[in-house]
Amino acid sequence: MPDPAHRRPPSRVPALMLAAVVALLAACAPDQYPQTTLLPRADFAKASDDIFRTTLLWATIVFVLVETALLVAIWKFRNRPGAAEPVQTHGNTTLEIVWTIIPAFILAMIAVPTVRTIFQTAQKPGPEALQVEVIGHQWWWEFRYPQLGITTAGELIVPMGRTVSLEMTTKDVLHSFWLPQFAGKRDVFPNRYNNLWFKAEVTGNFPAQCVEFCGIQHGRMAYRIISKAPEEFDAWAANFNQPPRDFSADSTAPALVKTGQQLFTMKGCIGCHSLYPALPLTGPNLHHIGSRTWIAAGTLENTDENLAKWIQDPQGWKEGVLMPNLGLTDQETQALVAYLRAQQ
Amino acid sequence: MATTAIDHAPAHTHEHTGLWSWITTVDHKRIGILYGATAFFFFLVGGLEALVIRLQLMGPNKTLVSPDTYNQLFTMHGTTMIFLGVMPLSAMFFNYLIPLQLGARDVAFPRLNAFSYWVFLLGGILINVSWFTGHAPNGGWFGYANLTTKQFSPGPNIDFWTVGLQVLGVASLAAAVNFFVTTVNLRAPGMKMMHMPMFVWMSFITQILLLLSFPIITVALILLMIDRTFGTSFFVPTGGGDPILWQHLFWLFGHPEVYILILPSFGIISEILPVFSRKPLFGYAAMVFSGAFIAFVGFGVWAHHMFATGMGPFADAFFSLATMIIAIPTGVKIFNWIGTIWGGKVDFKTPMLFAIGFIAMFIMGGLSGVMHASPPADLQQTDTYFIVAHFHYVLFGGAIFAISGGAYFWWPKMFGKMLDEGLGKLHFWLMLIAFNLTFFPMHILGLNGMPRRVYTYSAESNFELLNKLETIGALLLGFSFLVFLYNIIKTWRTPQPPVGADPWNAATLEWSIPSPPQHFNYPTLPQVHGRDALWELKARHGGPLPEPQRVAEDAVLMPNPSWKPLVAAIGVTVTLGGFIGGSHLWVHVAGVAILLYGIYAWAFEPAFPEHH
Repeated sequence: MPDPAHRRPPSRVPALMLAAVVALLAACAPDQYPQTTLLPRADFAKASDDIFRTTLLWATIVFVLVETALLVAIWKFRNRPGAAEPVQTHGNTTLEIVWTIIPAFILAMIAVPTVRTIFQTAQKPGPEALQVEVIGHQWWWEFRYPQLGITTAGELIVPMGRTVSLEMTTKDVLHSFWLPQFAGKRDVFPNRYNNLWFKAEVTGNFPAQCVEFCGIQHGRMAYRIISKAPEEFDAWAANFNQPPRDFSADSTAPALVKTGQQLFTMKGCIGCHSLYPALPLTGPNLHHIGSRTWIAAGTLENTDENLAKWIQDPQGWKEGVLMPNLGLTDQETQALVAYLRAQQ
Repeated sequence: MATTAIDHAPAHTHEHTGLWSWITTVDHKRIGILYGATAFFFFLVGGLEALVIRLQLMGPNKTLVSPDTYNQLFTMHGTTMIFLGVMPLSAMFFNYLIPLQLGARDVAFPRLNAFSYWVFLLGGILINVSWFTGHAPNGGWFGYANLTTKQFSPGPNIDFWTVGLQVLGVASLAAAVNFFVTTVNLRAPGMKMMHMPMFVWMSFITQILLLLSFPIITVALILLMIDRTFGTSFFVPTGGGDPILWQHLFWLFGHPEVYILILPSFGIISEILPVFSRKPLFGYAAMVFSGAFIAFVGFGVWAHHMFATGMGPFADAFFSLATMIIAIPTGVKIFNWIGTIWGGKVDFKTPMLFAIGFIAMFIMGGLSGVMHASPPADLQQTDTYFIVAHFHYVLFGGAIFAISGGAYFWWPKMFGKMLDEGLGKLHFWLMLIAFNLTFFPMHILGLNGMPRRVYTYSAESNFELLNKLETIGALLLGFSFLVFLYNIIKTWRTPQPPVGADPWNAATLEWSIPSPPQHFNYPTLPQVHGRDALWELKARHGGPLPEPQRVAEDAVLMPNPSWKPLVAAIGVTVTLGGFIGGSHLWVHVAGVAILLYGIYAWAFEPAFPEHH
């Protein structure tokens, strides 16, 4: 019997390897990734997901079978001492026909639902759908709701349970609008409209981002997709249609907000940014900016610090962005933040 | 007999060495080595670019490089690996092996071959010079208009790209003509097309792809260049042009290009597997025809790169089905490779390990390819890291594994020395593990929403952990190539007994002549009666052949060395280089003058020495 004092301490290697495997498996769980395509939450995305899962199943079966055949072949026929010279076969017609036909059959299992889904997703929704015009810009997204007379930016707000029909184009270069949780993606082209549609099945605030390389800030051209309950959506739309809040004649407004309103004009913000719900200008529309969840094309949470950081140094966060650094002092920045925060 | 030695001739080998002999060489073997060394250098540059990319993406919101530098890095990584790495590494094998495997003394047009190499080298330098001016191309390797038009990319970055790729295209086209003619005309007596080694077959099909697809990218690049230089509007929407035209032209080239990158590798492993399984290639005819079928259908699938552009359901369905059909001949190839191993006597030498690794990884890349052949699924996958994972399984797990295996396999033929087996195996296992650590997690990231070509990602996205793993994998992958480099240096400096003509007991003609071969390859042209010509000779002989003797270097009249191809290559590069940052008339004039002189001098110099 071995002396317990000389027993080697249990190796930590298996435990560490197990931990690594568990960590890796955990890293695969889609619910940890807010931008995942694997948890579809609308009809269009579910149609894509069905095809994906069918293909994944067949691919996995083929993968396991063929890799096993390869491993069996190299193990079973490895060179052992005294092994005889192999029989010099040149082929086997029957076998070759069989392994041509079986993959063709498997592909048919994928091709049939593929073609069906292509035509199903190509149908356009009827006039009862909520129309949204999606316009790509370097490097932000504009959303116009022609039925509601609304123009907004950075946040696509949709009602749960109603089909949304997207008509998409670009003002400059190609971009691609993606709704990972709700539909696939479509590239946008100048002078042309592309479509996508979906009916959200859940409410929530989801991240998404541009997926066609579009220049220096392609990496920070994000947006939010916010699905609201129908009555909340209606309330949002009704409220959004109010004109911007004007504090110049409001004696109860804090001085900081009043200063901010003056600065918004004096510093030239107004040249690019509209505060009116139906008026698009060259920069993102800022109507109700105070109540948006994210700013800077969906890359910064809409907190006072982030808003200040963005206004004061847009080039620091998004080098090359068309919004210039205006050389605002801290006080000016605070005033502008207060004014914009009050726009809700 | 194939390798009759001229016994009475003194084996005096007046060695042609020195820089000048390399500059003027028209010997396909030397040009092959030049291609290999240059391409390996560019491959390492492209690898370093990838490592910077990986370090930048190691965590969210990192600022190791600026956004524009990042865009330059991923553009140049793709451009370099495709046009300056994998393609010329394949060209190394074309150059070195096609004449040898055909039993020929050189390619059909030796000086044109030198011209191809010099144009490739100068094109590679031209496009990389942009790093030193701070204006490396930044529009992606796919260069999508209208981002790449003058309005949105006013700097010279894109000019370096359009001009550099045109120069490289000249090299590829000239080489393709050369290897096509060589294969058709210079096969050894008795070698029918269906006797050719599989590497030559796959290379031959690749030349046809090059000949048909490179004119398309050339046209596209010229249109983009004159849009940028002279203000035309082929791709400018405000002038009535259409950016989607660029995509059709680009992918009409770009998809055949995928097969240009991978078919030579199919050929390489089709040579390695039989030798180390001691069995002929399984289903030779099926291998030839599946390769040809892949190439043919490969011209009809380009728009599967464009499912997200909204082409409409009929186009989507057509390109989807055409793409899926390609899986069938690809499957046939994989089954035939496994069939080659099956029933054999498998010897796990380094080249064989890489060939097996190729099959194992390529299966993965092929299957993920089928997954985005379906447009509804592709609408989620395209432009995400899932695609990055897919094509690295095809081009790294495929092409780079095969090319590495080919390097270990033919090294003794090229240099007369064996690479170290132990280091070779270490290289293989490191590369296999590191490759999967780098690229497998990209599948998961892509499906979970990580887009391609982004210089950073948010903390909210939760992409950090897998990106960290990938970066560790990439550093390890880089290290595996240091092992390879060390192996090369060690082999170079350590004396070895001569390896002999046929160290692997191989099947094809190049192993019947001394290692390295003499300038003229074959003192007398071999007579071929069937496939696997050397195995057949050995079978007739009843065992290993006697070691071939070196013969007098002047026993066979070979073409003169020439520096005119280099002059012509400089002319081409200068002429086109005048389009960088606008059109510079005097640069064009100087370039055309150099080119005309080069061609004139080339045309009137004697190709062969006076017989004495």
